[in-house]
Amino acid sequence: MLNSHLPILLVVVPLLAAPLIVLLRRSLPSWIVATAASVATLAIALPLLQQAVSEGVISYAIGNWPPPLGIEYRVDAANAFVAVIVSLIGVFVMPYCRRGVAAEVRSEEHYLFYAMMMLCLSGLLGILLTGDAFNLFVFLEISSLATYVLIAMGRDRRALVASYQYLLMGTIGATLYVIGIGLLYLQTGTLNLADMAARLPAMGDPRATLAALAFITVGISLKIALFPLHLWLPNAYAYSPSAVSAFLAATATKVSIYVLMRYFFTIFGETVVFDARYTGVILLALSLAAMFVPAVVAIFQTDLKRLLAYSSVSQIGYITLGISLHSVGGLTAALAHLFNHALTKGGMFLVLGGIVLRLGGSALDRMAGLGRTMPIAAFAFVIGGLSLIGIPGTAGFVSKWYLVTAAMAEGQWWLAGAVMLSSLLAVIYVWRFVEIAYFREPPDDHPPSGEAPLSLLVPALLMIAACVWFGLDASWSGSMARAAAEALAGGWK
Amino acid sequence: MSIAGHYSYFVTILLLMVGLFIVIARSNLIKKLVGLGLFQTAVYLLYIAPGKLIGGVAPIIGEGFEVYSNPLPHVLILTAIVVGVATLALGLALVVRIKEAYGSIEEEEILALDADDELKARDPS
Amino acid sequence: MKLDIILRVLAKLLIPFAVMFASYVQFHGDFGPGGGFQAGVIIAAAVIFYALIYGLPSARQVVPDALVEAMIAVGVLLYAGVGIAGLLLGGNYLDYFVLAHDPVHGQHRGIFWVEAGVAITVSAVMLKIFYVFAGRRRDASEEAS
Repeated sequence: MLNSHLPILLVVVPLLAAPLIVLLRRSLPSWIVATAASVATLAIALPLLQQAVSEGVISYAIGNWPPPLGIEYRVDAANAFVAVIVSLIGVFVMPYCRRGVAAEVRSEEHYLFYAMMMLCLSGLLGILLTGDAFNLFVFLEISSLATYVLIAMGRDRRALVASYQYLLMGTIGATLYVIGIGLLYLQTGTLNLADMAARLPAMGDPRATLAALAFITVGISLKIALFPLHLWLPNAYAYSPSAVSAFLAATATKVSIYVLMRYFFTIFGETVVFDARYTGVILLALSLAAMFVPAVVAIFQTDLKRLLAYSSVSQIGYITLGISLHSVGGLTAALAHLFNHALTKGGMFLVLGGIVLRLGGSALDRMAGLGRTMPIAAFAFVIGGLSLIGIPGTAGFVSKWYLVTAAMAEGQWWLAGAVMLSSLLAVIYVWRFVEIAYFREPPDDHPPSGEAPLSLLVPALLMIAACVWFGLDASWSGSMARAAAEALAGGWK
Repeated sequence: MSIAGHYSYFVTILLLMVGLFIVIARSNLIKKLVGLGLFQTAVYLLYIAPGKLIGGVAPIIGEGFEVYSNPLPHVLILTAIVVGVATLALGLALVVRIKEAYGSIEEEEILALDADDELKARDPS
Repeated sequence: MKLDIILRVLAKLLIPFAVMFASYVQFHGDFGPGGGFQAGVIIAAAVIFYALIYGLPSARQVVPDALVEAMIAVGVLLYAGVGIAGLLLGGNYLDYFVLAHDPVHGQHRGIFWVEAGVAITVSAVMLKIFYVFAGRRRDASEEAS
């Protein structure tokens, strides 16, 4: 019986966990509830993905009001795949929170932290599953508001300013999205995404559609942190608690990328977005800029967390590059990189969280001699770095391979060169860590050596191990990304 | 359609631009939030205005009424207002904490304080 | 302010009517304009009015912080619980039709409980925002002393 209710349960389980945590108030029980809820979401998301891949589109009518009148949850391989990514990261991050949060958040705020994590998870999953344009906005704001609070919980006072700046940028982005939705609603008279997609072609290509496309693209791009709209991201990731950085870096921007793909390929359709105008060229140019400029900035960072944040902006460029190719191959590469980069960056932030706990800061200078004092953590960080570069045998290589193949299939040989060049920049910023951690003597006053606590190290190592696993055996992630790309390009038939 | 027929859109666009300008140009964090509020309010107008039919009444079925205004935009905007209130409350709460941590709510002064911190962190002497 | 007899008497007169108006808006929401959101805000306004006249500490005695926080959670749970009830009775999530033998009656029942949840959460959230902002300096100075 429950099988047919999987789409709604995926959103409701964390949504129910949040108020329950507020009622419990104590740190340990709230952590148990949050962990149980995130494990439950993964247990729901995996069969949902299987169902979506084997049976095609699943439609779920909330309150039994038939769509397009009522709110509909519409699941296909694409959003089920991203939902699996999000809940998988949740399962990795939640066990880590117990020690990580105890060190970084005031003890009377612990239950609020877990409640916000649950709301954020619920909001992100809601964005993915909903088939209603305005419902999507509401979930976007639920997840964003929770995110602002989580970022402000960082110890540094700069976390407050970072959160404030993100609040301004995020709200402007969400409001622009609402304007776009309003224009579409005025034209089509529907908010149901599938219905909208069916009605838009009959409208021809009026200017209001163009305006809606522009507003939605810019609004969502702010949330994606697509270069040059990424200014909120480095500070937000750098000053938030480590568990939050890992969770956000792996999920928040990825979900927004899915929204952009959904609008480009399913709602507006390729002809309106790519064939009739220069969206593809603009997106290509911005992606190339994202691949190079933030990567160069990352090289000059003195703080490892900020370095990783800039590298995230640069990696987002690869994903949008895949979108700009507007072929199934390009989309497959984008979705595969979504998955692989979520694992890599999430894992690296988790490892870094353990290091920061021991060293008391994330400045690169403090990492001197880390290869000797914390050998396992330093080694895991380097493996993650290799995956960022795209060395064969790591997950990052697989998606870059897909990307290069897709670019060549389009006859864009020079793009392969660009991807290679930008990977060289990644080599430089990863090498900075290697050089400091392995070839410098530990400072005389270095803190007592020893690895991070096991509860921090194990989830981090598991994630890095997953990143190697999916680098060696990409059959599952590759075929899922392919199915998701075909579902996106095929529309919601 | 004449310009007069579109006047609600022009008001909307004007308010949007004013709000966005305040967010960008002012350095006072509270004023920025005021601008953000204006920006969001303009969007409410964008939804509400087209929902009104001339001669239409509230959509409650009754004798002698045949033309009803569209209620859906109102419901959507009620939701958007709640979201706006939550955003504003959170933003103000952040400004209170920033004031306590930095002793200022002027963006330039805060950034200057941060730059000072960074210099000290790099060169402790 | 605490000694101002006119304000104190007026507040005592007005607050019961404010709460009554809130319940009218709440329960009449089925048939006319109104509903949980508006009612919740009016209830919160009544308490905030009390706090303005009689001072924040006495308002916090009438409606303690712990109660407010519990109410925020309970309201959401109530709303989501109605949805789960729909699931358990064999319908979809938030399906009110299955809540009673007669679908129209079921709609009434569903909306009643959902709106009750909304009213509880909204009034609590509004109060919480007021308490947090109004008590900020007081709490900070208490911590310092």
